[in-house]
Amino acid sequence: MRGKLLKGKVHKLGDNINTDYIISGRYKFKTLDNVELAKHLLEDIHPNFYQKVSPGDFIVAGENFGCGSSREQAPLAIKYAGIGAVLAKSFARLFYRNAINVGLPIIISNTDRIKENDTILVDLAKGNISIPEQGINLSIEPFPPEILKIIEAGGLVEYFKKYGGWPLSL
Amino acid sequence: MNQTIAEKIISAHCDRKVKQGDIVIADVDFAIAQDGTAPLAIDVFRKMGQKKVFSMEKIAFFVDHSAPPPGKDISTLHKLMRDFVREQGIYFYDVGSGICHVVTTEEGHVRPGYLVVGADSHTCTYGALNSFATGVGSTDLAAVMASGKIWLRVPESIKIILSGKIPPGVYSKDIILYSMGKVGSWGAVYKSIEFEGEVIKSLSVESRFTIANMAVEMGAKTGLMQVDEKTRKWLKDKVKGEINPIFPDSGASYTKILKYDISHITPQIACPHSVDNTHPIENVEGTPVQQAFIGTCTNGRLEDLKIAASILKGRKVNPELRLIIAPASRKVYLDALREGIISQLIEAGATVVSPGCACCVGTHSGIPADGENVISTANRNFKGRMGNPDAFIYLASPATVAASSIEGKITDPRRYI
Repeated sequence: MRGKLLKGKVHKLGDNINTDYIISGRYKFKTLDNVELAKHLLEDIHPNFYQKVSPGDFIVAGENFGCGSSREQAPLAIKYAGIGAVLAKSFARLFYRNAINVGLPIIISNTDRIKENDTILVDLAKGNISIPEQGINLSIEPFPPEILKIIEAGGLVEYFKKYGGWPLSL
Repeated sequence: MNQTIAEKIISAHCDRKVKQGDIVIADVDFAIAQDGTAPLAIDVFRKMGQKKVFSMEKIAFFVDHSAPPPGKDISTLHKLMRDFVREQGIYFYDVGSGICHVVTTEEGHVRPGYLVVGADSHTCTYGALNSFATGVGSTDLAAVMASGKIWLRVPESIKIILSGKIPPGVYSKDIILYSMGKVGSWGAVYKSIEFEGEVIKSLSVESRFTIANMAVEMGAKTGLMQVDEKTRKWLKDKVKGEINPIFPDSGASYTKILKYDISHITPQIACPHSVDNTHPIENVEGTPVQQAFIGTCTNGRLEDLKIAASILKGRKVNPELRLIIAPASRKVYLDALREGIISQLIEAGATVVSPGCACCVGTHSGIPADGENVISTANRNFKGRMGNPDAFIYLASPATVAASSIEGKITDPRRYI
């Protein structure tokens, strides 16, 4: 994801968006079809959320995004709904791991000044977020180099294919 | 360098002395997945081009989240698991065996000093046995099945010291709910918690599991405890050979040391829709409830059923309410049957369902109606958690749930003990 310039519209959410809200247990146990799961993204708290998403849009949230269960279907449903990246002040650790492992870009930044429907630009190479219409520039917390390697591969599956397992040192 | 329990266990699993913040590839002693996560892990395992698991002895699959399955889509995924298990020869616990976290410990798969990962967030439960145990995703688990290794960030540690004498009517669930209210749902994100103090020492191992189980609700990676005589005794008939407990070094580094005196707390309730929305029972007593649930990896063990039966024995469940009980494992179920606990519960009007997660995750076995209130011994009360976003979930101890079942409203258990 390094070097990519992302542009999209903001869907703003609050703190503590848990994995049950992202994709309810009543769907995740039923299927391995990620496209089908994506249709139910966030529906318990925002009915029809999926229909409002255009490819490349961002989810922007507050603290502790993705708290709750280990369900990898949460970042998968977000990715398959077409969301380009999730920006939050902080992520729950399981969601953080899972997003990296499935290749969903996640960005840690202060999101207070980003509003619903803003169009934002994310420059991962320069490490900043900008809202040109409002002249706002925000910095991004960089990933540790070991993690960046998994992200750059596009997730853990591709990483394993590329390296044939874990390299001697991460 | 003085190390925390987490740093010591991770160091022993990657052959170098690690410190907080390091990212390492560590060896895994045991790995588990359940029916909500294993099918995806199998799918990813194949996509990674893998043919054979790294060890048959170190992986177990469980069918517990929707067991028995309520529909053919789920039974198809269960079949996918069975086919994989047959092909690979790993441990398998099918419908009726019970909840992964309870069975894993009963079967002696986990021991002090182990590094355990599970594709289930409540894997942190084994911290009560001094094992660095943490939840991972399905892709993580697929990588572990292939290689026996996982990438980990060595967590910072928080120490929670629980002191005082436990008041009557207060149980380990109330203690962790009280701590939860203080720490908050993101108070320990990415941290390892070490629980210590006279309160932990005074609790049974079963009660300690309840506390370690909910460490993840504070955002923690794991919730560790030290080994004492009670742990050794509990493990005695379950694991073979020497126990090698891991203690923190004196002078190890903690980002926070929190001290809570629980001498004066009362039974606690986590109100909808977040686990840290905790209140003393006095604030919510009298709230009508239509469904009550005793079970889960938090509070479905023999001790929990015993407490419930001691309150419900010779009394009747309120006709305005359904009480559903799911013994956490087949062993718990059998022990409770032999001790007469199950008949006392059924005579009181409870419905006993198959060992497993039951209505905790909302796929089957008791989904509440719109607008209904549920009081439950589970660990999560998120909106929609039990399968209906228009229901309201209150979390409490087995004693509080049992007392509330009698009155049909949230009830202080101290009036029944």
